[in-house]
Amino acid sequence: MYVTPSRKAKKAVELVIKGALVVSSTVAILTTIGIVASLLFESLRFFSAVPLTDFLFGLEWSPQTAIREDQVGASGSFGAVPLIAGTLLISAIALAFAVPVGLYSAIYLAEYASRRVRAWVKPTLEILAGIPTVVYGFFAALVVAPWLRRAGEGAGFEVSSESALAAGLVMGIMIIPLISSLAEDVISAVPLSLREGALGLGATRSETIRQIVLPAALPGIMGGILLAASRAIGETMIVVMAAGLSANLTANPFQAVTTVTVQIVTLLTGDQEFDSPKTLAAFALGLMLFVATLLLNMVALKVVRKYREQYE
Amino acid sequence: MSNAERIKSGLSRRYAAERRFRLYGIAAILLALGFLGVMLSVVIGRGASVLQQAYVQLPATVTAETVEMGNWQGVIKATLRQQFPDVRKRQAKKRLYGLVSPGAGYILRQQIEQNPEWIGQRRTYWLPASDDVDMLLKGIIDRTVAESERRISNQELVWIDQFVASGQLQLQFNKGFFTSGDSREPELAGILGAAVGSALSLLVCLVLAFPLGVMTAVHLEEFAPKNRWTDLIEVNINNLAAVPSIVFGLLGLAVFLNVFGLPRSAPLVGGMVLALMTLPTIIIAARAALKSVPPSIRQAAMAMGASPVQVVLHHVLPSAMPGMLTGTIIGMAQALGETAPLLMIGMVAFIVDIPQGILEPATALPVQIFLWADAPERAFGERTAAAILVLLIFLVLMNLTAVILRKRFERRW
Repeated sequence: MYVTPSRKAKKAVELVIKGALVVSSTVAILTTIGIVASLLFESLRFFSAVPLTDFLFGLEWSPQTAIREDQVGASGSFGAVPLIAGTLLISAIALAFAVPVGLYSAIYLAEYASRRVRAWVKPTLEILAGIPTVVYGFFAALVVAPWLRRAGEGAGFEVSSESALAAGLVMGIMIIPLISSLAEDVISAVPLSLREGALGLGATRSETIRQIVLPAALPGIMGGILLAASRAIGETMIVVMAAGLSANLTANPFQAVTTVTVQIVTLLTGDQEFDSPKTLAAFALGLMLFVATLLLNMVALKVVRKYREQYE
Repeated sequence: MSNAERIKSGLSRRYAAERRFRLYGIAAILLALGFLGVMLSVVIGRGASVLQQAYVQLPATVTAETVEMGNWQGVIKATLRQQFPDVRKRQAKKRLYGLVSPGAGYILRQQIEQNPEWIGQRRTYWLPASDDVDMLLKGIIDRTVAESERRISNQELVWIDQFVASGQLQLQFNKGFFTSGDSREPELAGILGAAVGSALSLLVCLVLAFPLGVMTAVHLEEFAPKNRWTDLIEVNINNLAAVPSIVFGLLGLAVFLNVFGLPRSAPLVGGMVLALMTLPTIIIAARAALKSVPPSIRQAAMAMGASPVQVVLHHVLPSAMPGMLTGTIIGMAQALGETAPLLMIGMVAFIVDIPQGILEPATALPVQIFLWADAPERAFGERTAAAILVLLIFLVLMNLTAVILRKRFERRW
C-alpha cells in the first residue's frame, strides 16, 4: 500500500459514500413531503365534494353514504365540530388529571426526594410511558369503563359504557410520565441561587417552590403541557377501544363522544372503495390532526427553547 | 405586636402548609405508581390462566374411511354418544357435542397426520374442550348462579362433573396458545401468527430504519455544512418525532398502497411505515452517540493521515455504535407496541395462517390484542390479557437489552 496523488479510487469511493449520506438525510424531508402531499391531495378531492365550510362548521357527522342515490341522507353529512368537541373533551379530562399528578410528582422528585428514591421512582414512572397504547385501551375499555359504570349506578346516575371520562382518565395516566419528566427537567434547571435567595429570606421550602421556582419554571412547564396536549389529541388506540362511535355534541363527561382519530380508523378499516367522500373524509380529518399537532409542537418547542436560553 | 410575634403566630400554619405540600407530592407519585401496579396486576390476574386449558380425553378409533371422508368431527360425536348412551334427544345430543370444541376435529386430524400408524387403532385422544367448559373449570363461569343466567346448563354440569370425576376432563398446559394462529374459537386461538407478523414487520423496519438513521445522523453530525438546508432537515426530524402515529398510517395507505400498489396487510408495508415512524428516534439517539465521541479521536485519526470518511468509518462509528444500537432497540420497542398505523394499512384482518414471508397477509401482536379485546366471547378476555403479557415480556426484554448494552459498552472518555 502506498499513497500517491494519482490514486483516485479512494476519492471516488468517498464521494459515493458522502453522496449516499446526503441522500439518506433527505428521507426525513421526503417523509414530511409525502405526509403533506398525500393528506393535502386526498383532502382537496374531499373538499371538491363537500364544501370546506360544511366540514369546519357543520354540527352533524354521519358519514354513511347511501348505496342508492335516492335514499335518505344519500350524501351523508360531514360536519367535524362534534368530533373536534369530543377530542377536546377527552383531552381536557386527560390533562385535568395528568397535569396535577404529573406536576406534583415532578416537584417532589426534583425538590424533596432523596437520590435513592429518585433513582427508583423515576425509571418506574417511565415504564408508564413505555406501555403500548393498546394496553391502555384494554384497561380503559374492560376495567375502568365498567367500574365507572357500576360506580355511577351506585350513585344513581347514568354513565355510558363508552364514557368520555373512562377514556380521558386512562389517557391521563398515559401522559403523566410525559408531563412529570419534562416538568422535572425544567424545575431542576431553575438556578439554585433563586432558591437560596428565597430560603435565606425565611421562606419555607413549599413557599420557595410555589412563589419562586414554579413561576420561574412556568414557561417550560407550559411547553411540556402543550406537548402532552398534542399527544392526547393524536392518541388513537385508547379512544378507539374506549370511546364511542356516534358523534354526540356534548360536554357531559359521562356520555359517549367520538374523536377525530376514532373516526379516521372507523372510516378506513374494512373494505370500501377508495374514492367515496367517506374514505376521503378520513384524510381531511388527518390533515386537520396533522396541522393541529404540528402547531402545538412548534409553539411548545419554541417556548421550551426560549426558556432554556434564559438561564443558560 | 412585634414582627417576631407576627411571624411566630403564622409559623404553625406555614409548617402545616409545608407538610401538606409535601404530602401532595407523595400522593401524586403513589397514585401514578398505583395505576401502574393496578394495570399490571389486572393483566397478570386475567392472563395467567391461559397457561392452562381444559382438555377432554376421548377413546376413539379413527378408521381409514374417516380419513378419506374427512369426517373428523363425526368421530368425536360418535365417541361422545358412546360415553353417554342414555342421551337420546336431539337437543340434548347437540349440547353434549358442545362440550368439545367445534375445532377438535381439526386437532384430531393434525394428530393423525403426524402419526398415520394410529389409523385403525383404538386410542385415547386429548382434545380441547369448548371455551365455556374451560371458563367453568377455571372458575370464571360461576356454577352457583341461577341456570338461566349461566352459559352452562345443569344438564351440562352433570356431564362435566362426570368427566372430571373420571379424570377425562382436565386443565393441561396450553401449548396451542403458543403454537397456533388466530381462530374464531377462543380455545383454539393462538398468538404465534401475530408474533411472527410482528417479527417480520420489525425485521423490515430494522433493515430500513437502522442504516438510514445512522447515515442521516453521520451526515448531519460529521459532514453537513451549517446552512439553511441542514437546519430544515433538523427541524423536520424534530417535528416528525411528534407527528401522531395514525398520520403515518395515512401516509402508508395513500403512498405505499395506493400509489406504489404494494399488497395490503403485508408486513413489508407495516415495516416500512414503522421505519418512517422510528427514524426520528434512531436519528436523535445516533446523533447523541456521535456527539459523545470526543474530538481528540477524530484529530488523532486525521493526524495519522486518515481521510474524513476513514475517520468516521474506522474510528467514530465503532465508538458510537453501542449508543446507536441502544437507541435503535428503544425505537424498535416503540415500533413493536404501535397499533394505529397498522390498522390503516389493513394489518387488522382475521388471519388464521402463520405468515411465511413479508408479502403475505399478517397481523401484529398489538393488533391481535385489539381484535381479541373486541371479541364477544368471554374466553377471549383471558387471551387478550395473555397476549398483552407476551407483548410486555418482549418489550421488557428489548429494553433490558438496551440497558445492558449501555451499561456494558458505555465508555467514559
